[in-house]
Amino acid sequence: MAATSNPATEQYNFDIVRKFSIMTLVWGVVGMLVGVYIASELAWPFLNFDSPFFSFGRFRPVHTSGVIFGFGGSALFATSYYVVQRTCQTRLFAPGLATFTFWGWQAVIVLAALSYVMGYSQGKEYAEMEWPIDLLIEVIWVSYMAVFIGTLMKRKQPHIYVANWFYLSFILATALLHTFNNVAVPVGLFTMKSYSLFSGPQDAMLQWWYGHNAVGFFLTAAFLGMMYYFVPKHAGRPVYSYRLSIVHFWALSFMYMWVGTHHLHWTAIPDWTSTLAATFSIMLLLPSWGGMINGIMTLSGAWDKLRTDPVMRFMIVALSFYGMSTFEGPLMSLKDVNALSHYTDWTVGHVHSGALGWVAMISFGSMYHMIPRLWNTQLYSVRLVNIHFWLATIGVLLYITAMWISGIMQGLMWRAFDDFGNLQYSFVESVAAMHPFYAMRAIGGMFFLTGMILMAYNCFMTIRQGQRAEQAAPAAAVASA
Amino acid sequence: MFKFKHESLETNAGLLLVLTMLAISIGGLVEIAPLFMIDTTMEKVDGVRPYTPLEQRGRDIFIREGCYTCHSQMIRPFRDEQLRYGHYSLASESKYDHPFQWGSKRTGPDLARVGGKYSNEWHVQHLLKPTSVVPESVMPNYPWLLSTPLDYSDIGDRMRALRITGVPYSTNEEEYKRNVDKFGEKIAKTLHIPDAQKNLIEQAQEGNYDGDRSNVSEMDALIAYLQVLGTMVDFRQYKPEELVKYR
Repeated sequence: MAATSNPATEQYNFDIVRKFSIMTLVWGVVGMLVGVYIASELAWPFLNFDSPFFSFGRFRPVHTSGVIFGFGGSALFATSYYVVQRTCQTRLFAPGLATFTFWGWQAVIVLAALSYVMGYSQGKEYAEMEWPIDLLIEVIWVSYMAVFIGTLMKRKQPHIYVANWFYLSFILATALLHTFNNVAVPVGLFTMKSYSLFSGPQDAMLQWWYGHNAVGFFLTAAFLGMMYYFVPKHAGRPVYSYRLSIVHFWALSFMYMWVGTHHLHWTAIPDWTSTLAATFSIMLLLPSWGGMINGIMTLSGAWDKLRTDPVMRFMIVALSFYGMSTFEGPLMSLKDVNALSHYTDWTVGHVHSGALGWVAMISFGSMYHMIPRLWNTQLYSVRLVNIHFWLATIGVLLYITAMWISGIMQGLMWRAFDDFGNLQYSFVESVAAMHPFYAMRAIGGMFFLTGMILMAYNCFMTIRQGQRAEQAAPAAAVASA
Repeated sequence: MFKFKHESLETNAGLLLVLTMLAISIGGLVEIAPLFMIDTTMEKVDGVRPYTPLEQRGRDIFIREGCYTCHSQMIRPFRDEQLRYGHYSLASESKYDHPFQWGSKRTGPDLARVGGKYSNEWHVQHLLKPTSVVPESVMPNYPWLLSTPLDYSDIGDRMRALRITGVPYSTNEEEYKRNVDKFGEKIAKTLHIPDAQKNLIEQAQEGNYDGDRSNVSEMDALIAYLQVLGTMVDFRQYKPEELVKYR
């Protein structure tokens, strides 16, 4: 019944967006559940159960890949396919290829998780996938690039909207990073094991160029793209400053690639690379805050929405966390601060203020906006969104507060001297001191996970409501005829 | 006169793509590419050698179990780290590490110089049940390391793969001789791929890492690896002012 259904669902390829949206929710629940589990292992080590499959070391990459590539990746595929179609006013280029990116990407996450617990790992953080999975990612990514750029090329609008610049930058950068950081020599054609082509300091530099830009492009630029569509759309206001969006886009894209080395301060790399990275990290504050200001100020004239609309609140609090963690980042990239913070939980807290506060919250807001539109219905329950908002906010705050305290405490205990110039604490004393904060962090994670589960339920009910209305519509039309 | 307008990028997908690619390529090129070329990246010190077959298999297990998620292998040049762990780590000490395992988090202590600090018996106890020797530890138990025989059937393939990445394992007489010149005969023998299995078993039996000479377990390999960490360079040979030039 074309006449009665939403014209947008007819005009665009929403099928692929729907699929990725559902998997965003699934991987959100799974990835965060594993996160809560490994956090609990650190607080209550009996949870490792003497089993290789559940031990922290093998399970941790299941969490990181699950949330970054499963949850975050699916959210980015979903929203980029949605945004590029709507802002270019055209259907997706090569829909078959787009469907391949869906099944391929889901296979990657499942294979990665299985391979980690089986003990296959490249041993490089956030790039633990072994070579056959890396090759699959490469093929999927090139397909994604083709679909996205192909859609841009056949746009019916002369202008390419700013959200698409950020998505484009993310797609290109991810291709570059993934390719170079994963060059490895397999032990054999029929084995998963491989060895990185690079070693020592060069391998470290490539890894953190990759690692930090996974944050910079996968978890920042791309989510800024999301922000640039969904915040103005949901607020019903134009983007605050067009000029600011241009300046901060180019500055962000250019500068991020210089800063990865701040993960290697005081290590066995040439000092000048470290200094250069710190300098760029501090400069990066400006484009980061440019994005935050542009997002938050978009709401000017509609501030009342923060009081009435929990979806809007998710987006604005996400931007606030973005601003907070992009202030904290440059601070931690200063060599003197880093001397204290490196190797501690402070880093873990910083990552999560970005990942939970910014990435997850902007995704929640965008999904709550998009999912009802994809199924041509209303949100099942705005009240549940509100509860989710508070659970998530309390969860992040508990998490990062716990990690600030434990991180700074670790750093100070490690470097404390007694009156005779001896080390004041043995290492294990610092481990014992972490226990209450590891418990607190796990509880913060449980809050956040509970919110995520509520969201999955709310969205599931929304989708069912949409499907029922769609089934009822033709019947009603027939009855009235 | 030509006047640049950002609009020309917003209306031309190809141009936008090329310029974005340019913007994101520069940082990595400037910071990383030189490290492959300038010779101040690596200190010139004696003693650093490729891992023996048994140690390399131990390293594989270290990576398999994700030890790097909680243990760093990179000592920074601070007084407290010097007292707690020993001399700061040199770049050349990880030059045969594919991949590097410097880590990013110390939920447990740094391991860059753990070699020789504890006895083999201590390591066995500690890996089986860390709280039996360190009651406050939050490290998982690794009982399967002792009960699982080490699979060394593909050790040759592993060493050949590493050889492609640049580790000087020898495949023929000529390469072997080069290793003799570089590392001495005793070490060169352990780097010879055709004898890899024999060398591996020999080292496991001589070292008796897991306390059981009758078989080679994964425990043997992992402890062999842990016991060599940070022990290759003799720091008495070098003055601090020589090494600091490379920082």
